[in-house]
This record gives sequence, structure tokens and C-alpha cells, in this order.
Amino acid sequence: MTRPPGHGAAEGAAHAIGFSWQRVSALMLRHLYILMRSWPRVLDLAYWPTVQMLLWGFITVFFQQHSSWVAEAAGVLISAVLLWDVLFRANLGLSLSFLEEMWARNLGQLFVSPMRPSELVAAMSLLSLIRTLISVSPAAVLALPLFDVWVFSLGPPLAAFFANLLVLGWTVGLVVSALVLRLGLGAENLAWVLIFAIAPLSGIYYPIETLPAWLQPVSWALPSAYVFEGMRAVLFDDTFRWDLLAGALALNAVYFAAAVAFFLRMIHVARERGLLLQQGE
Amino acid sequence: MLPVGAPPVVVDSLVKRFGPVTAIDGISFTVQAGTTTALLGGNGAGKTTTLAILLGLLLPTAGTVQVLGFDMVRDRYRALGLMNFSSPYVDLPRRLSVEENLVVYGRLYGVGGLKGRIRALAEDLEIDAFLKRPTGSLSAGQRTRVALAKALINRPRLLLLDEPTASLDPDTADWIRSYLDRYRRDSGATILLASHNMAEVERLCDDVLMLRTGALVDRGTPQALIARYGRRTLEEVFLDIARQRRRGTTAGGAAAQ
Repeated sequence: MTRPPGHGAAEGAAHAIGFSWQRVSALMLRHLYILMRSWPRVLDLAYWPTVQMLLWGFITVFFQQHSSWVAEAAGVLISAVLLWDVLFRANLGLSLSFLEEMWARNLGQLFVSPMRPSELVAAMSLLSLIRTLISVSPAAVLALPLFDVWVFSLGPPLAAFFANLLVLGWTVGLVVSALVLRLGLGAENLAWVLIFAIAPLSGIYYPIETLPAWLQPVSWALPSAYVFEGMRAVLFDDTFRWDLLAGALALNAVYFAAAVAFFLRMIHVARERGLLLQQGE
Repeated sequence: MLPVGAPPVVVDSLVKRFGPVTAIDGISFTVQAGTTTALLGGNGAGKTTTLAILLGLLLPTAGTVQVLGFDMVRDRYRALGLMNFSSPYVDLPRRLSVEENLVVYGRLYGVGGLKGRIRALAEDLEIDAFLKRPTGSLSAGQRTRVALAKALINRPRLLLLDEPTASLDPDTADWIRSYLDRYRRDSGATILLASHNMAEVERLCDDVLMLRTGALVDRGTPQALIARYGRRTLEEVFLDIARQRRRGTTAGGAAAQ
């Protein structure tokens, strides 16, 4: 009935050495199985960005008739709301992958496997990318027939904006996941609300100079402020600001590295305090 | 790599404190290859804490733990690929089907020929009829067998089980015990289990480690312990130890090594 353990054991030892993309794909598969067969989940991902786009699309139509600023660049508000959703969904996509493991009381199983925390971070980040694309793509495409706004006309800068917001979303998602691991599921609402703390400071719908002078340095400490200013530079001045891209990249590199370190530190603390055994509702 | 015949579990002066509470108080023991060993003790004795440290889920405050020749603090990933674990208190994702769960964990453990391995386990553990069903829709007995399939997916050299038959009806519990006994004999794997079920321990285990409030207070075969305490069953021995009664003459601490 069974084969001697030595047979599989040797491959198990070899497999355990180093970072493994096979384990990353296994961690992703666990979520993709559910996502792929559940149309309500896919619909849920796409629903809110589409509603947001519709809302801001009609506001744009109104402002085009009553505001010279918006009239100058018709797509500014719709592009802004779509890029904001990239940030929001990237954060939520990563946080939810982690929360689902906690809700399912599956963290203990994962951490007694040869999975490394870095593989968990990689899997959650890639899942976040997939969830973000599913969320934002329908709204981005629908904006053309509905409001004559084709966000992809931003061209290559769109990829730079998308990538920076994606990484900032991962950063916030990792911080949320680390806090939920440390504080328990009582802190799970952070996944939805923490990201909104940076929304007013990111200059999503207005230039950073709109903010009070004392608050502007805080904004410039956020990669998202550089992205949204960069977006407006493309839309209003038809200029790609490399200095803004460099600022966003540099800040993202620092913050993402700090968030990964914080997440790994909280896993260490969880192993000291036995928190990996006590997860679940 | 572990030399042939070397004990797969070596615990030395293990201490675990949670703030002012000492959960494990300097225990030392070894588990011999190819045996089934039980960790016995009342609630709060330190069984689950010991298993968690052996699994790398918990860091010790002091002492060393070697599993299959690897230090579980510094080099746990090498050991984790060679061992596995099952507990009724740690779930598998309930929305995934049984087969999907086994695929995910098979890939996590790097199991070669995964389809064949799942088919063989499904046949062995009689779970083939519900491979396509969501894990959350299964009965307790079915879920226990699925958890066992996950725990055996990588043909572990060391299998750690936390209360393997908790909340199962007598018939299902008996089936699980028979399976574990057969598996250990056929595969040569080492099994370490924590249990409250004394009949289960008497039937399955070659060796029993008795814990009380984080300390190892006695050790021996079920028969030796029964004889040492002058009792008829292991349950009576357990009650003696839990209530700090002792009839024999052998020092428990010495026996524990």
C-alpha cells in the first residue's frame, strides 16, 4: 500500500533548498482555484472600479461644461480614479490573500511545509497583480464607449504609473498583513481602511500645491503623489516627467523593502509567541 | 543528513516561556527511528507546545531541537520537507476540493508523480469517492482521513500528529489507528503523537513520554509504565501522574532520558 519514506524524502530535502517558484505557484494555485470557478468573486472584483469610473465619468461631463481645468484634459478625473483603483486593489489583493489563509486557519499548515516567507510574499504579490488586472481592466475599457476616454492613450507612462502604484499597494498590503498577524483578525478592517489614510495626501484629483504648505512635504514622501503629478503632466502638458518617476521609484524601493522586513519580523514574533497556532476566528 | 539508525528527534534541555509562564521546563528526550511515540499529559502539560517547536512553528526560549539531523532553529526548511503534520485544530482550506488541496500541498512539498501519489493515497485512505467535493462539506471522519492524506503526501520520514482521533466515532477512530499502525510498519516512518486517548496510546505506541506542567516526569513502554505504577491500564497511570501519585520506585526524571 505505501512506499518506504526514503523514496520521497530525498526529493523533499532537495526541494526544500532555496527559493522555489514551484512553491510560489502552489500558493497561488490555492487562490486561483477559487477565483477561477467563482464568477461572483470575479464580478465583485470588477464591480466597484466600474461604478467609480461611471461616477467620476458623469462628474467629468459636468465639470467639462463648468470647469476650464477639467475641460483642458477631459480624461484627468477618469484616469485618476482608475489609477487610484490600481493602488487600492493592489493593497486589497495582497491583504485578502493573507486574510483568506487566516480565515481558513491554514497558516499553520503552510508554515509546517517547506514554504519560505519570501515565497509567500512573492505569491501574494503576484495574486495581487492578477486581482488588480481583473478589477481595473473592465472599467478602463468601458470608459471609451461611455465617456470617450481611452486611458491607454497615456502610452508607456501608464505602465510606469501602474507599476509604481502596484508596488505601493503591495507595501501597504504587507504592512496590513503583518499587523493582522501580530494583532489578530480584530485588525482585519485595516485592509480596507489603511490605504485611505494616504488618499487625501496623494493628490489623486487635485495638484499637490492645493494642499496647505505645511502638508505638502508629507505628500512628497508618498510615491503616489509623484505618480498622480506625473499623470497630470502627461495629460495637461503632454510631458513625461522623469524626475517624478525617479522619485516614485526611489521611495517605493525603500518602503517596499521596509514593508517586507516588517512582515518577516512579525512572522518571527509570531513564532516566538505561538501566534501561528492561534489564528482563525 | 541523518546517519542510519540515528534518532530522528533529539530534544535537549528545551525551555519555552511565554512571558512569566513556563510552558516547557527543560525537557530532554530522543525518539527512535521507526517507532511510534506518544506525548501524554493533561491540558497545559506542554504537548502541543512541544509539537509546535518540533515543527518550527514556535521558537524555543532555550535548548536545542534536532529533527532528522537538522537544527529546527537554524535549518528548519531542510527538515520540513521530510516531515509532515496533522491536527484537527489546523484546517485545510474548506472551499477547495479534496483533490485541489492535495495538489496544492503536493506541489508545496515538491512531490514527484503527484497524480499517481494522490490516486494511491485516495485508494489507501478510502477518500476517492469524495476527491471532487469541497473539503468543508465533509464529515469529521472524512476530514480526518483527508488531513492524513495531506500529512502523508510527501511520504514523510517523521509524522507528527496532534490528537489524531479527536472527536471521531469509535469505528472511524479504530480505522485511523489501524491505518497508522500499518503505515508505520510498511514505511518504516517514525510517528510522534500527542493524545488524550489512553487506549489509543496503548495500542499504537512503543514508547510514552509523560508530561506534567512542562516537565517530563516519566517515560517507558505502555506495559512498563503500567507495571511501574502497579496499575491495570495506562489511563490509571495517567491519573496517578496527573494527580502526582507515584507507586513505583524508579525515578521518572532518570527514565525520561
